[in-house]
Amino acid sequence: MKNPIDNSPSVQQKMAGKDMNYNLNHLRELESESIFILREVAAQFENPVLMFSGGKDSILMTYLAQKAFHPGRIPFPLLHIDTGHNFPEAITFRDDLVERLGVRLIVGSVQEAIDKGMVTEEKGYNASRNGLQIAVLLDELEKGKYDAALGGARRDEEKARAKERFFSHRDEFGQWDPKNQRPELWNLFNGKKQYGEHFRVFPISNWTELDVWQYLAIENVPLPSVYYAHKRMVFERDGILLADNEFTPRRPEEELKEMMVRCRTMGDMTCTGVWKSEATTLDAVIEEVSTTRVTERGGRSDDKRSETAMEDRKKKGYF
Amino acid sequence: MSISIENSELLRFTTAGSVDDGKSTLIGRMLYDSKSIFEDQYEKLKETTERRGEEGVNLALLTDGLRSEREQGITIDVAYRYFATPKRKFIIADTPGHIQYTRNMVTGASTANVALVLIDARNGVVEQTRRHAIIASLLQIPHLVVCVNKMDLVDYKEEAYEAIKEEFENFASKLDVVDVHFIPISALKGDNVVHRSDKTAWYDGPTLMYYLENVHIGSDHNLIDVRFPVQYVVRPNTDEHHDYRGYAGRIAGGVMRKGDEVMLLPSGFTTKIAKIDTFDGELEQAFPPMSVTVLLEDDLDLSRGDMIVRVNNQPEITQDLEIMISWFSDRPLQERGKYTIMHTTQEARCVVKEIRYKLNINSLHRDLEDKEIRMNDIARVVLRTTKPLFVDEYRKNRITGSVILIDEGTNNTVGAGMII
Repeated sequence: MKNPIDNSPSVQQKMAGKDMNYNLNHLRELESESIFILREVAAQFENPVLMFSGGKDSILMTYLAQKAFHPGRIPFPLLHIDTGHNFPEAITFRDDLVERLGVRLIVGSVQEAIDKGMVTEEKGYNASRNGLQIAVLLDELEKGKYDAALGGARRDEEKARAKERFFSHRDEFGQWDPKNQRPELWNLFNGKKQYGEHFRVFPISNWTELDVWQYLAIENVPLPSVYYAHKRMVFERDGILLADNEFTPRRPEEELKEMMVRCRTMGDMTCTGVWKSEATTLDAVIEEVSTTRVTERGGRSDDKRSETAMEDRKKKGYF
Repeated sequence: MSISIENSELLRFTTAGSVDDGKSTLIGRMLYDSKSIFEDQYEKLKETTERRGEEGVNLALLTDGLRSEREQGITIDVAYRYFATPKRKFIIADTPGHIQYTRNMVTGASTANVALVLIDARNGVVEQTRRHAIIASLLQIPHLVVCVNKMDLVDYKEEAYEAIKEEFENFASKLDVVDVHFIPISALKGDNVVHRSDKTAWYDGPTLMYYLENVHIGSDHNLIDVRFPVQYVVRPNTDEHHDYRGYAGRIAGGVMRKGDEVMLLPSGFTTKIAKIDTFDGELEQAFPPMSVTVLLEDDLDLSRGDMIVRVNNQPEITQDLEIMISWFSDRPLQERGKYTIMHTTQEARCVVKEIRYKLNINSLHRDLEDKEIRMNDIARVVLRTTKPLFVDEYRKNRITGSVILIDEGTNNTVGAGMII
């Protein structure tokens, strides 16, 4: 943690951008908006939880939450829906982070849900546990009686997410009704609900991929190593590079080769594409993100299933 | 690039329009010319356009995200779009323009710095143009930029542009808008959107993009009247911070400085700001829209919904509000009806004492007879709240001057009000 009392002009300047006119630079304005939302959740809900995937967006969320409640602790636990198909680096990173922040971690296991017969594993070459997360997530939210689940989804990621509210109402089945969303105006967020209903709240809605990277860089926020270019055994499927992993059977024609790659998003190993990259540092990553011509979810095979794959999953309760 | 973006400002603008006025083409043009459309998005668009048996690349599909919108080919909801240039980062609130979506326009307008109004050069000022401008003025969007579009279809004639400009100015003189700017463009051909057109030599103003990158938004916040609604009380209760009691919130107005003498509302007690705290360290001063934590010199009772202000500059403390309300619900606004009201971080109940008139948002005409306020209507009403609120006129402060009404049965947000 940084020195809590720092009177140097650098802090003032950092908050305001290059000169002290009463303007915030866009990253500080986004930060302030997100902190406002996080505090609003702590104030309006009785039992919030932060959905933590281990990816850069949820790492950003925990970092912003740390800022929002400083010098106090983050007043809600983290919830990880573990598919069992994670990048191993992500789990190590998660456990270190939880210990550093002193927050409680709840893990919902997709493997356990499969073993109990609550959900059925997909079969075939493109099998993914992505869809199974929905049932496990809803089950965990119900078990924990959480009334607000904070997520790191951003509107620039995907076109269905572009219509998402900061405070997104879910009915008692956890469903999203995109045509009947509450209007959101000014700084006023309506978190009222019936018993049994809950909210999904997305504090970083207005951040773009580049904003996230820029901010993580100026704040020196540590990230799992898979976000930087590294050597890895990969194979190509439907134009996407997948990391070799024990959960995804390869077709005979899918050859393994070693390449320098990195992740732009991090979901399951089974459906997260990796990208050819030489960016081994944050600055190089930012350079790459600001000049890239392909969206970050362009490498997610779960989004490629249909034109409205994300909307369909979101309606059922995906985040 | 990375350094310039770190120092760039955020500008939020709203657009409204219907299928044919070229709004989607304009947004597509801005995204495309500023290189904000990604290759895979573009390929997908091309594919979808072809599958639907249409020609070229339908840029409207980029903004229409929901299944029903894609099927019907219309924008129903507010969609948010993002792009950045080295100077600024932009958030577009893209809203439908039909009268039955007034509520979406109002929502998109509530946080905008700039309203972008499109006029078809062939048709001039039409009902929809007037409606957009009236909403922009009601919602007090500080800057209005009028794009006279489809100039290519009127042979880039100066007279066509000037006639529309004059027509709009005559109408706008009745509105409460301070800063209006006109630009002749062709979204389809790209004239004066990002690149200067060589076909409008008679026009010596900026391109749309130049305007958006440079319009002064520094004074869009109220920097005079200190307003700090308490959002959350930070009390770590740890050994290290045993006596720490911080009031967290987002500054809604004015510049707050360490050592300032302040008054707490509603108690009326006065004290001094001992410290303005953040995770990154203590600040000497803070201003809107910063989220900070304020510590006071004296241990006084203060909680969520209360407000920190300057001793000699207080908001109005009142239970009687006169507001312009935009109605969102399919159940009409009930005279003598009771609703939950949210204002800053305060919550109370209110009763609708009187409906004064309904505003015709195509003509500004005040209808004193028809007082049935239905979805998408805008009306002037009088409210009485169960407890005092600390309010300013919406004109003076968009944060402390705005309220929402919530239906107590459904919990839905049914109205948005601007305090007069």
